[in-house]
This record gives sequence, structure tokens and C-alpha cells, in this order.
Amino acid sequence: MTGSTAKTTGGFGLPSRHVWAVAKVVGTVLMTFLGLLLVTFLIGRVVPIDPVLSVVGERASQETYEQVRREMGLHLPLWEQFFRYVLQVLRGELGKSVLTAHTVVDDIIRVFPATLELATMATFLGVVIGVPMGVVAAVNQGRWPDQLVRLLGLFGYSMPVFWLGLMGLLLFYGILGIAAAPGRLSFHNLDVVESWSGVILLDAALQGEWEVFFDALHHLILPAAVLGYFSLAYISRMTRSFMLEQLRQEYVTTARVKGLSEARVIWRHALGNVMVPLITVIALSYANLLEGSVLTETVFAWPGLGLYLTNSLLAADMNAVLGATLVVGMIFIGINLLSDLLYRLFDPRAR
Amino acid sequence: MTALRTWLTADTPTSRNHARAIQAYLSWRALASNPLTVMGLLIVVLLVVVAALAPMLAPRSPIAQDLTQRFIEPGWQHWFGTDEFGRDILSRVIYGARVTLYIVVLVAVTAAPVGLLVGTVAGYFGGWADVVLMRLTDVFLAFPRLILALAFVAALGPGIENAVLAIALTAWPPYARIARAETLTVRSSDFIAAVRLQGASGLRIILGHVVPLCSSSLIVRVTLDMAGVILTAAGLGFLGLGAQPPLAEWGAMVSTGRRYLLDFWWVATIPGLAIFTVSLGFNLLGDGLRDVLDPKSS
Repeated sequence: MTGSTAKTTGGFGLPSRHVWAVAKVVGTVLMTFLGLLLVTFLIGRVVPIDPVLSVVGERASQETYEQVRREMGLHLPLWEQFFRYVLQVLRGELGKSVLTAHTVVDDIIRVFPATLELATMATFLGVVIGVPMGVVAAVNQGRWPDQLVRLLGLFGYSMPVFWLGLMGLLLFYGILGIAAAPGRLSFHNLDVVESWSGVILLDAALQGEWEVFFDALHHLILPAAVLGYFSLAYISRMTRSFMLEQLRQEYVTTARVKGLSEARVIWRHALGNVMVPLITVIALSYANLLEGSVLTETVFAWPGLGLYLTNSLLAADMNAVLGATLVVGMIFIGINLLSDLLYRLFDPRAR
Repeated sequence: MTALRTWLTADTPTSRNHARAIQAYLSWRALASNPLTVMGLLIVVLLVVVAALAPMLAPRSPIAQDLTQRFIEPGWQHWFGTDEFGRDILSRVIYGARVTLYIVVLVAVTAAPVGLLVGTVAGYFGGWADVVLMRLTDVFLAFPRLILALAFVAALGPGIENAVLAIALTAWPPYARIARAETLTVRSSDFIAAVRLQGASGLRIILGHVVPLCSSSLIVRVTLDMAGVILTAAGLGFLGLGAQPPLAEWGAMVSTGRRYLLDFWWVATIPGLAIFTVSLGFNLLGDGLRDVLDPKSS
């Protein structure tokens, strides 16, 4: 998978070396971040739309055109434009969205909680179901539970997420009528709850609006299950291979010889040791859900970052597209960094 | 037949080509012994055949509209039914195989060599070349693939060529990583030193001696990646940024079918099944190839 931060093994001994290693990781992240900015900057430069024309309109005189061009800094050499762009981003300015007439930053702050809610619920489902599945597969290596988990995983790697979403809608909403329609809330529940965090489940619970809470949950469950299936495929596969590795270790034999119950050996001893590398896997799958959420949100009309990105794309709203891309990239790097640091924190060997 | 088999399984090859033939035969036997791999191979072969013979296999034109024949259920007349313009979905799915194969092949022949070159150069020369090239690779890996492809397509404009370009731009970094790792393991071996002492240039060593050794793990990775490429391409098509109408592209077909999902289920379901099948085929084949060509990783 796409672990962008450096993998760390070893590094025994002095705490100063530990600090040095962390500093190195942070340095790498900063470099990557700069590269990220360079990529979005260059993408913004190859757009065939003339940014000046889109501001002044086609009828503007040559003078106005030149003036605006200067104001936008487009007469400067490329490296200087890039420098300005970096400063701008560091100040938290991503420009204005043509589509919504708000600043891109405001837009992203508004839509992000919806994606967070969806991705968190999906990861939760993926972990709660995927980890036990992986354990069962490893314990029954080569027998039918293992084959079943492998097949489910393969399907997960091969299925277009948007199609699975549509099939889910067709079956659970269209035919069985047990799932909610696309969207985040039913019509009559819109604007009942004040937006505090933007995460409706949380806001509704805090404000005691339980009807809204359950309505939101009802709307959330199908998209989260669709998205969660993909993290389940990944998490169960990784759990399986980690567990297989642990079950071969001598301490497992020792534990069995000591007369511990098989359940205790597997779920406490072996799984306990798998938890640390699993953190990295779960973090990675969480980050990967951002990608899946673009398509899932489109299918389920879920007003999050993914839907915002696709709507801006279709409207050729470049500020919004690049802003959202940058934010997604930053979250991706951030989660990678976080999982790396957590790994160091929990695994004594990495210290 | 038996003579051929004995020749192919001989313990001591008599010539270089004989050794190659033995190697190929044994790999093939290992591949063919796994039914799932064979199924994957069959699906991929089917894709190629269907794409090549599309005009012969398709019962109707993929783009001819007939508004009197809209939304006919799958049946004898139209095996997969018809869509909102009365076009035969079976024919569109068959022609869609061409679009998919086109994308897959173009991405493979552009992204794989680029990744191979970047990785081997970084690994062989080391030092600054390594640092710069690998940082660049990390930057591309820092984006989720679909999102980066979306941003590229947004900049370049929608269309199938741009979709291919965008996917290729996001596909090469893992290849570079693999090629670099493989290069590092062979770089300091004796035969490379021998070639160097004979006065071969860096480029010659890379192209003639390092690249061939990296190829097998790269082929596995490319095959496994093709499933992802198909899904990304279909995702772009679904969002309206890939192949443009009236071209029969599976992702775009699902996208139109979405509007009629609850009334006419087949319009979205069937092209999606095609995407799923082909991508499953590449995954199965890639898994099998990995077991055969790269026993370390299994």
C-alpha cells in the first residue's frame, strides 16, 4: 500500500536517537507537503482556462487585462509565483469558489464533518467485523472460513464502489424498503438540529434530539456499510497475515503448553501482539476511504468533501478543486505521520 | 507429446533456449494448477477476444438509437435489455471492452517503463539522484490515486486520452519503488561489477542488466494494478470525466443507469457487472502470477 512516511525498524537505545528519528520523519513530511503544493500549483498552471480572462471577461481592454494580470501576480517568474502560492496556503487562503461564492476554506470546513462522519462509521464497521474475520481466517488457515474471507477480500478489491452503492440502494431502498433514501437526513428533519460540530449524530445526541439522531443513523448506515466493506476487505486480509505470523511464534506454543485455553491464546496473546501493526493498517484504510468517499458521496448524495470535489470539477471551479485536493493530500500525509508516531509510541522495539 | 514433455522437464538443459523453455513450461504448469488463476486468465483472454472481435460479436450497433425500443427488459430479443435511447446494452458492453482494454494497455505501456526507469536509475546511481527521485515518488504517493487523477483531468479537460494520461501519472510511483528495491539487491553483485570493469556505461548496465532482473516482479505488480486502473477509469467515467458519450464506456453507462435505477435496474447493473468481472479477472491472475514468479512474497 502507499505508506509515504519512512518505515522504522530497530533504533534501540538512546532517547536522543529517538528524537532524531522523529525529526527525520517530520522533515520528510514537510518535504512531501512542499511537493504536494508544487503538484497542485503546477496543475493549476496547466489549466487551459486563462485565469485573467475569467476575472475580467472577454470584452476588457488590453490595459485592464494587463493590470489584472499584474494584480494576480501572473507576470512574475514561475518560481516566484510558487513562492507566493506557498505563503498564501500557509496563511490559510485557498481562494474563492466560483460555484458557491464562499471562500474555499469556509466551504471545506462546512462540508468536511459529513465526510468525517461517513469515513469514521465505515472504518468502525471495517474494524469491528474485519479484525475478527481475519483472526478466524488465520486460525482456520486453508479451510473454508479462510477461503470465504479470501473471496470476500478479492471481491472487495475488484468491485467498483459506486456500483456497489447503487446495488445497495436498489436492494435495500428500492426493493426491500428498509434503507433510507439518499441524503443525510429526511426532509422534515433538516435544520432541526443546530450545527455545532457538523457531525449530525454528535450534534443531535448532545441536543437531545433523538428522532433526528436515529434518522441520521438510518441514512448513514447504508453508505457507511458500502464504504466499510472496502476497509473490511483490506483489514481482514492484513489481520490474517499478521496473525499467521504470530501463531508461528514460540510464545504461542509456550502459552498452550502452560495450559491456557485456546481462546485466550488466540484472542489475548496473539491478537494483543497484532494490535500494534494493525494500527498502521487501520490508519491507512481510514485514509484510503477518502478516495472511496468521492464516489460513495456522489451515489448517496452525501454532502461531504467528495461531493464538493466532484461538483466543483464538473463546474470547472479550479480553486475549489485544487483546494479540496490539497486538503485531501494533507489529511493523507497527516494520517500517515500519525500512524507512524503511534507505532513508535506503542511498539517498544521502535523506540 | 511425451518426448516434448521429457524435453521440457529435463533436469539439465542443453542450451540457453532449452533452459528458457523449461522455465516457461514449469511456470505455466504452476499457473495452470490453480483453478482461480486459470479463471482469471480466462477472463482476461475473454476481454481481449471480445474487444478484438467486437464488430462480429455485437448483435447490434452500440450507438444506433431506436426510441421505440427504450428500456426493454433483458430477454431473447435483447439479452441485456436496452437503455434510455433504445440502444442494445449487450452490444454496448461488448464495445465497452475495447475502451477498457485501450485504457489498460495504454496505462501499462506508459506507466510501467517510466516507473522502471525512475526506480532503476535511483537505485543504481544512489546519492542525490536517489533522494530527488524518491522524494518525487513520495509526493505522488501522498495523494489518494483517484483524487490526483481527478485533479489532473480537471486541469486537462475530460476525455479518454486525458483520463489515460491522468491515471498513468498516478500509477508509476509504486513501480519506481519496486524497481528501486530490486536494483538495490543486484547493484553490488559480482556480475554487475564484472560488466562495469569491462567498461560498460551506467545506462548500458541499467538497460541491459538491471532492468531485465526487475521485470518479473514488475509484471506481477502491473497485472495486480490493472484491476485498480480499471476501477479508477470506471470511476472517472462514472463522474463524467472519462470517455465522453456516445462512446460505450462501462463507468459512464452505470452513471446513466443510475438515473433509472429504481425503475429499470438492468441499465446500471449490467455494465457494473462487466467492470467487476474484468477487474476480478486481473486480480485473480495477478495473485496467481505472484505465487509463481515471486515466491518470496507469498
